[in-house]
Amino acid sequence: MSETYLPEGLPAPVPMNDGLDKPYWDALLDGKIMVQRCADCGTWQWGPEWICHNCNSFNMEWTEVTGEGTIYSWERPWHPVHGALKDHGPYIVVLVELPDAGNVRMIGNLLGDPAQEVTIGAKVKAVIERHDGDQPYALVQWQVAD
Amino acid sequence: MSDRTLRGKTAIVGVGETTYYKHGQSPDPEFVLVLKAILAACEDAGIDAKEIDGFASYSNDRNEPTRIAAALGINDLRYSNMNWGGGGGGVAAAVGNAAAAVAVGLADCVVAFRGLAQGQFQRFGKAPPVTAVSGDPAYMSPYGVMSPLQKYAMRAMRFMHENKVDHSVLRAISMASYTHAQNNPRAVMYGRPLSEEKYDDSRWIAEPCRLFDCCQENDGAAAVIIVSAEKAKDMKQKPAYILGAAQGSDHRCGAPVMNASNFPSSSFASLAPRLYEMAGVGPKDVDVVQSYENFTIGVMMAVVEHGFCEPEECNEFFQLENLTAPGGKMPLNTSGGNLAECYMHGLGLQIEAVRQIRGDSPNQVPGADVALSIAGPMVHHVSTDILGSEATL
Ligand SMILES: [Zn+2]
Repeated sequence: MSETYLPEGLPAPVPMNDGLDKPYWDALLDGKIMVQRCADCGTWQWGPEWICHNCNSFNMEWTEVTGEGTIYSWERPWHPVHGALKDHGPYIVVLVELPDAGNVRMIGNLLGDPAQEVTIGAKVKAVIERHDGDQPYALVQWQVAD
Repeated sequence: MSDRTLRGKTAIVGVGETTYYKHGQSPDPEFVLVLKAILAACEDAGIDAKEIDGFASYSNDRNEPTRIAAALGINDLRYSNMNWGGGGGGVAAAVGNAAAAVAVGLADCVVAFRGLAQGQFQRFGKAPPVTAVSGDPAYMSPYGVMSPLQKYAMRAMRFMHENKVDHSVLRAISMASYTHAQNNPRAVMYGRPLSEEKYDDSRWIAEPCRLFDCCQENDGAAAVIIVSAEKAKDMKQKPAYILGAAQGSDHRCGAPVMNASNFPSSSFASLAPRLYEMAGVGPKDVDVVQSYENFTIGVMMAVVEHGFCEPEECNEFFQLENLTAPGGKMPLNTSGGNLAECYMHGLGLQIEAVRQIRGDSPNQVPGADVALSIAGPMVHHVSTDILGSEATL
């Protein structure tokens, strides 16, 4: 059993070259999940943006979230579109809403049996998956909460 | 306000297509395919290519108007337009932009075109060969979300959950295309019918989609020529008047990491009302529908968002007999569409809408006067248009 949900060899995330989302990727390596919140109007926002879509303030703050979420939607890819997934078989992708962060949505894999039944509305908990290498990074994965 | 409309001011008077090849098998380079499609459209319209004075395309088409105009020896290039956005969301936008240019006098004879030779370039359904990603892909590729289907499947999964939609809906959409292709000798799937069993036995590509829910990828080019309604009257072909066109998407459709406000959607919720208002018709007046099938899931949501049925009525509405010409309630993709005729990035569907208005379709809907064409459902910038016969003016 590998330590990562999907095999190594998929494209690795790197922060945008304008610096916008570097705090997110750095925080993940420190074991924290951060999303954006507007310091002026309180609107939660994800993915990363320079400006608040509600009040157009540039004063976006990185804010730690609990990592508790709800499955909003999902898919189960079978056909490998990348060499690293050849012969890997199906895997589950979930789109998770974070109720304690204005219901912004994050994408991740649902840990566990790739054949498992997925229930929209099920509670899930974030698990940070580290990829240690020359250019270390971490991903947010999800596990069904008891 | 009344003159701020496209309704009836312009018409499609010529259509042209190259032979359609399996992806990577075109003997011609992409640029040559584009030239051949444009010349075929000129021939169909009965004009000299030198009469063209404008170009409109979409999806970052690689064939620039200046190069085409130089190659064809066009004297005075008056209009060039590229509709932003990937995928096939820009087909009807290109037609609409061409029509708008003609309607206000920026140009007299504009061609909307698209060329694709994926052997020469990268395929859509394959992940690009990169080892690192940033921006939106950084939040998707490491989780195995890379192909167009993988990026859009969750919109449909949520829609199907909220509205209790059965997989039979997707199967009916796929079978409508394959059924129509059997009467169209040009179709890649001509002579290769699809049965319910064959559909049900096909492999998953990404749940909720099976193999037959996904379009082919082809090489080829297509073009349509747009002129003013006055000029169209005296030309070789029966004009297909542009009654309305709309493009765009609703609130934060393009928000990163799948945070669109209206997520279980094909992106047409705000466009369809605008389209019908301009065209002066409603869904009940539409005789035939062409809806770009990148995937059947997008067609399902686009048809709902264009008002043909309520979201919770999908299971009853999407029955094969309702979707096939000549007698169905809403004949859909009557050439075989992207699934079974050819994937010409949707312009083939626009040409089929013209054929229906002319009365030339291989699956003609008797007396079709109003034809709807839906482009690129689920991408973040979509477009849609309505063509009408002279009787609708
Ligand atoms: Zn704000």
